[in-house]
Amino acid sequence: MRDVTLKARRVLQPIWFSPVLLPFLNRRVKDRFVGGAFFLITILPFAILLVVIVSLILRTQPILSAHSIGELLTGQKWSPLKGQFGFFPFIAGTFWVTFMALILAVPPCLLSAIYLSEYCRPRISAVAKPLLDLLAGIPSVVYGVWGMVAIVPLVQVFSTHVSKWLGFIPLFSKNNPTGYSILSGGIVLAVMITPFIIAVTCEVLRTVPDGTRLASLALGATKWQTIKYVVLPQTRSGIFAGVVFGASRALGETMAVLMVVGNVAKVPSSIFDPAYPLPALIANNYGEMMSIPLYDAALLGAALVLLIIVLFFNLISTIALRHIIGRSKI
Amino acid sequence: MKKSHIEEGIVKGFMLLSFSLVVCSLGFILVTVIVKGLPALNLDMLIQTPKGGYYLGKEGGILNAIVGSLYLAGGATLLALVFSLPIALFLKTYSRRKWWADYVRLSLDILWGIPSIVYGAFGFTLMLALGLRASLLGGIIVLALLELPIMTRGMDEVIRRMPIDMEEAAYALGATRFETAMHVVLRQMLPGIVTAILLAFGRGIGDAASVLFTAGYTDRIPTSLLRPVASLPLAVFFQLGTPFPEVQNRAYAAALVLTVIILVVSLGSRWLSARMGRYTIK
Repeated sequence: MRDVTLKARRVLQPIWFSPVLLPFLNRRVKDRFVGGAFFLITILPFAILLVVIVSLILRTQPILSAHSIGELLTGQKWSPLKGQFGFFPFIAGTFWVTFMALILAVPPCLLSAIYLSEYCRPRISAVAKPLLDLLAGIPSVVYGVWGMVAIVPLVQVFSTHVSKWLGFIPLFSKNNPTGYSILSGGIVLAVMITPFIIAVTCEVLRTVPDGTRLASLALGATKWQTIKYVVLPQTRSGIFAGVVFGASRALGETMAVLMVVGNVAKVPSSIFDPAYPLPALIANNYGEMMSIPLYDAALLGAALVLLIIVLFFNLISTIALRHIIGRSKI
Repeated sequence: MKKSHIEEGIVKGFMLLSFSLVVCSLGFILVTVIVKGLPALNLDMLIQTPKGGYYLGKEGGILNAIVGSLYLAGGATLLALVFSLPIALFLKTYSRRKWWADYVRLSLDILWGIPSIVYGAFGFTLMLALGLRASLLGGIIVLALLELPIMTRGMDEVIRRMPIDMEEAAYALGATRFETAMHVVLRQMLPGIVTAILLAFGRGIGDAASVLFTAGYTDRIPTSLLRPVASLPLAVFFQLGTPFPEVQNRAYAAALVLTVIILVVSLGSRWLSARMGRYTIK
């Protein structure tokens, strides 16, 4: 009997003393009480994740019962008034812009990261870090303003000239008189993801022990030979994970892309074509779709598709980086 | 000269070129915003709310958006802090099982990766379900969701770096885990914690996609949590969308104000953490 009461007291103790009484509690009881409370809070991130995914899936149900998943994902037509919801142009637009951004961003980012971690004087890398932090902190709308004011006119001029010479290649043909194009979106996104890729790559390069480098240098290799034949082969998977991480940031970027990419719901075929990525679709139409049947579910479906794509890339890079550099966020 | 040395030189040249390209694009962005924004910026813009006909180019300012953004980001940062500090302290002092800590960190990393537009759409459906309309409260909640992983992981990365000896010294003196967390970990890691808080604040104030549906937009400064609220990123976005050049110029000015706020927050966090660093044990 006494056992039972003791057990009950132990179980009830944390609940017994409400937060009001907390300051007057026994120190050890307080410790356990707070530990329990903190533990409950640590469940929160997982709970949020679950609630976001489940609620998006539930809210997408109406459209999934009206159309099949294959039909939605491969459908080319988007006209909500006629009840046609094809996500394909938007998915294609998302990947075109992201791929463009990666092509533009990856070479300079890798070279800069190698420069910062292997070559430059400590003083320069000490200055570079705050600059990159600043670049990462600039709001996406400001990137969008920059894109509209500076990049779009440049791309307009550039595309006219390029398509004059290379227009016979479909990738460079110009069917769009403005500069609002995949290339503009790609340039803006490339600058946006630069700080992430550089930071991750620097971190990955740091995992190579100095002894390895010294051994190679002692054999008479130049610095670049050491990097090319010793450092880079060892860090290939980490750098790849960094690039995937950059891609996952680029895929979900909304405002900056929306402002420069033209927003035409057609599958693009040239880098000077406008595109309509998934985030832009949601941002432009959400909130105004209440009167049209299934429109709401379709847009949340777009959000779900976007979330699945981003989570896929994010999960791969996060888990890989965790193995490689011991942590996954910079 | 040997071939390898020529190659070395060429590659080094490319590296310098790439790095200067990155730095130049930062400069290019800042210069664009300043050149476009500064001529349109004046005192009236900063201390007045929009008057009648503001969106046709008449009088008024963007005080509603400035104050609104500070309310939104400030509220969200406070709300996120309430949850993120316990999580970060728990991971350092209480967590006995490594798999649980890994699990929490992984879910935070995944949350960090969720695009803000998805948070916005999710927040909107949540508010519909709760019967809320676009309001300051809705905006704060969604921004807090966005800031929570950034803040928590920022704190966690700093707190993790604390030497274990210090924690063990506290335990050896008979402190409980809670006392260690509050009096040793928190004190010692305060500079890093403040940096993480201000970093999250900066991300929150600059994010447009998540408040697009949840906070609404209004010309007035909100007087209650249930009123809609304007924000700077949306002020930029909406004013750029109008066909009038005067209004577009104001968008550039608003973008400049937003950039300056971000700069101040980022410099301020460096200054604060350096200053607080004096009171930690090296």
